[in-house]
Amino acid sequence: MTSVKIKLNPAEVAKLREACASFNNEAGELINVLHKAQSIFGYLPAEVQEIVAEELNVAVAKVYGVVTFYSFFTMIPKGQHPISVCTGTACYVRGADKVLDEFKRRLNIQVGETAADGKFSLSCLRCVGACGLAPVVMVGEKVYGRVSPDGVAEILAEYE
Amino acid sequence: MHLLVCGGTGCKASASDALEDKLTKELEEKSLQDEVQVVKTGCFGFCEKGPIVKVLPDNTFYTQVKPEDAKTIIEEHVIKGRKVERLLYLDPETKMHVTDSKHMGFYKKQIRVALRNCGFINPESIEEAIARDGYAALAKVLTEMTPDQAIQEILDSGLRGRGGGGFPTGLKWKLTAKEKADQKYVVCNADEGDPGAFMDRSILEGDPHSVIEAMAINGYCTGATKGLIYIRAEYPLAITRLKIAIDQAREFGLLGNDILGLGFDFDLEMRYGAGAFVCGEETALIHSMEGERGEPTFKPPFPSVEGYLKKPTNVNNVETYANIPVIFLKGANWFNKIGTEKSKGTKVFALAGKINNVGLIEVPMGTTLREVIYEIGGGIKDGKKFKAVQTGGPSGGCLTEKHLDTPIDFDNLIAVGSMMGSGGMIVMDEDDCMVSMAKFYLEFTVEESCGKCAPCRIGNKRLHEQLELITKGIGSKADLEKLRDLCNVIKDTSLCGLGQTSPNPVLSTIDNFYDEYLAHVEDQKCPAGVCKDLMQYVISHDECVGCTACARVCPVGAIAGERKGPHTIDSAICIKCGACIEKCKFNAISIQ
Repeated sequence: MTSVKIKLNPAEVAKLREACASFNNEAGELINVLHKAQSIFGYLPAEVQEIVAEELNVAVAKVYGVVTFYSFFTMIPKGQHPISVCTGTACYVRGADKVLDEFKRRLNIQVGETAADGKFSLSCLRCVGACGLAPVVMVGEKVYGRVSPDGVAEILAEYE
Repeated sequence: MHLLVCGGTGCKASASDALEDKLTKELEEKSLQDEVQVVKTGCFGFCEKGPIVKVLPDNTFYTQVKPEDAKTIIEEHVIKGRKVERLLYLDPETKMHVTDSKHMGFYKKQIRVALRNCGFINPESIEEAIARDGYAALAKVLTEMTPDQAIQEILDSGLRGRGGGGFPTGLKWKLTAKEKADQKYVVCNADEGDPGAFMDRSILEGDPHSVIEAMAINGYCTGATKGLIYIRAEYPLAITRLKIAIDQAREFGLLGNDILGLGFDFDLEMRYGAGAFVCGEETALIHSMEGERGEPTFKPPFPSVEGYLKKPTNVNNVETYANIPVIFLKGANWFNKIGTEKSKGTKVFALAGKINNVGLIEVPMGTTLREVIYEIGGGIKDGKKFKAVQTGGPSGGCLTEKHLDTPIDFDNLIAVGSMMGSGGMIVMDEDDCMVSMAKFYLEFTVEESCGKCAPCRIGNKRLHEQLELITKGIGSKADLEKLRDLCNVIKDTSLCGLGQTSPNPVLSTIDNFYDEYLAHVEDQKCPAGVCKDLMQYVISHDECVGCTACARVCPVGAIAGERKGPHTIDSAICIKCGACIEKCKFNAISIQ
C-alpha cells in the first residue's frame, strides 16, 4: 500500500459509512460493501480499505486480501473513460489481441494503467457474453462490437 | 399480433433498445398500439445476426434489424401483410430467404428445454412467465408431492449438473435433505466465469422466473427456507432482471412466507461475485458469499454437510435449475427419453469462434459435434478449413476432425480428452495456432489460480513459461515430454477442479496436434503463421519501387532505404505489427 496519504472527500466518506451501516456492519457483507465503496470512490485506495475495516471490525489486512483477490476491485483510479477489451476465448480467436495492442500503442499505456491525463484507462475483461459481436470492446458502459485494429482510432476519437 | 424484439446483451449492444423504441413509436403514429404489441424478450440464440425481430403468430424471423427498419416492418409487414424480404435470413446454401425460424438450419436440430421461454416472453413480466406454465411445477410439488417423492422424480429423470461436473442432481438434493440442521441453504451458481460462455447469462436474462421457481422447489425438497443467488457483477442486465423477477414473485406470494397459502416459507437473496473464475467451484463460491477470499477448501466435508455459514447447503448451476420445472410438469419419464444412456436431457452450448452462426443453442445429448458445427453452426467462417473445437473452456480440451462424429455427452467428451464443462464451444480454423491457444488458456489459468495450493500456483506458471518458449521456437522434443509429465502432476495433485483440469488444453493439443508442436521446436516454424517470433517480414527487392510508404508507417523505424530505391526491414527492430504489409500497394512485403 502507498505510504503517501490521500485526502478523501468527507461527503464520500460519510456515504461509505452509511453503506456499511446499511449492511449492519457485518463482516460477512465485506464484498457487497466493497462493491458499494468502489461505486462511490471509483476505486479502492488504502484509505478507503481502512475505513471499511474499521466499520466492519475486521483487520485491514483481511480487507486488502479480499480487494486484491478479486479482479473486479481496483486500487488504481480508472480513467474518465475506462476501456475494457474483452479477451475471452471467442474474442481472442477473432483477433482481440491485435485490438488490445492497438489501444496500448495509441494510448501509450499498458493493461491496468491509466493515461497520464486521466482520460482513458485500459483493462481486459473476460467475456461480456456478446460473443456474436466478437471482438468486443467496452468504453464505460457502451459496447462496441466487431472492432478491428483500424477501428480503434475511431472509437478513441468519439471521446476526444 | 406480437413483435418480439431480442433484448439480450448481444442484441442490446447492436441498438435493439433504439429499435424497440422506434417500433413502438411507429405503431403509435399509425394508432396500432392496441392491435400490435412490442415485446422485449430474452435471447433468441441467433446472436450472429442480431438484433432479431420475430413476428407472431406467423413466426417471421427478421435478422440484423436496424432502428431505421422499424418503419418498413410496420408499413409493409404489419399493415400490408407483406414480409420484408431483405431482412429475412438468407440461407447460405440455397441462397433463398427463409421466412420462418422453423425452417432455419440453426433451429432445426434444437430442442429447447432449459431455453423454452428465452425469446418467447418478456422476462420482466411475471404474468407472461405464468402464462407459459411458470410456477405450475412449484404448485404441483407443494400440493401433490412429499419432498422425498419430488427428489425421487429428479433422480428418475437422470438430470446431471450442468455446471460442468455432471453430478446427479437428485442425489445432491438427497444428500442435503437427509442432514438435520436448524437452517439449510440452497444456492444458485450464476458465476459464469468461463470465457466465451454465456448460457447462464442468457437464461437469467430471458427467463429468470424458471430459476426462482426451481430454487423454491429445491428448498422444499431439501428443507431449506433460504436461497442465495451468487451472480457475477459483470452481468448487470441479468442482475436487474433477476431483481425485478424476485420482487414480482414476492408480490404474487410465490416467494416469502406461506407460499401459495400452503405453509411453505422460502425467500431469496442475491450475492455478487467480483471476478474470480475459481468461485465457480462450490466451496470457493461459499467462501466468497461469506465475504472471504474465494479460495476452495478440501472436500469432505461436502457443502451438503457443511456449507454456507457451516450449514447444509445445496449448490446447483443456473441451467440445471432451468430444467427442473419442466421435469415436474412433463414427468421424469419424458425427460429421460431425451439424450443418451448416461446423459439425459439437453445441453445448452454457447457456440462461438470461427463459425458462421455464433449463438446460443440447445441440443439433445448425443448430438454429434459435426451436427452442431456444420448443421446448426453453419460451418466455418469465410470458407476456411475446420481445425479444432474447444469444449469445456479453460478446463476442457481441443478436439479435432477425427472427433467430429462423437455424440456429445458427459462421458464421451471425457473419453476423448475434453469435457462438457459449462457449455462453451469455441471453433477454430486453419489460421489458429494450437500452441498459442494452449498458451492463451494457461494465461487465463495462471491469472485465475487462487494461489492456495502449489501444484496449481507454481505448476501452471511453469507450464505457461514453457509454452511461451515453444511459441518462440525454443525447446526440444524432450521438452514436450517434460511438459506432458508436468501436466499430469498438476492434474493429480491440485486441490480443486481448477487445477485438476487446467492442463487439459495443453494435453489435448499435444495429443492431437503433436506435429504442430514439433514444427515450433524443431523447425522454428509456426504452421498457422500466428507466433510472431517465428515470423520475419521481408521486402522483395524485385517488387519494391521505393515509394517509402512502408518506412513512413512503420511505428518503430525498422525500415530503411532511399527514395525510389529498394527498402529493407531490420528484423532486430521490427515488432511484426503488419502495418507495412497493409500499406504496401505493390505486394512487395511478405511474411516468412
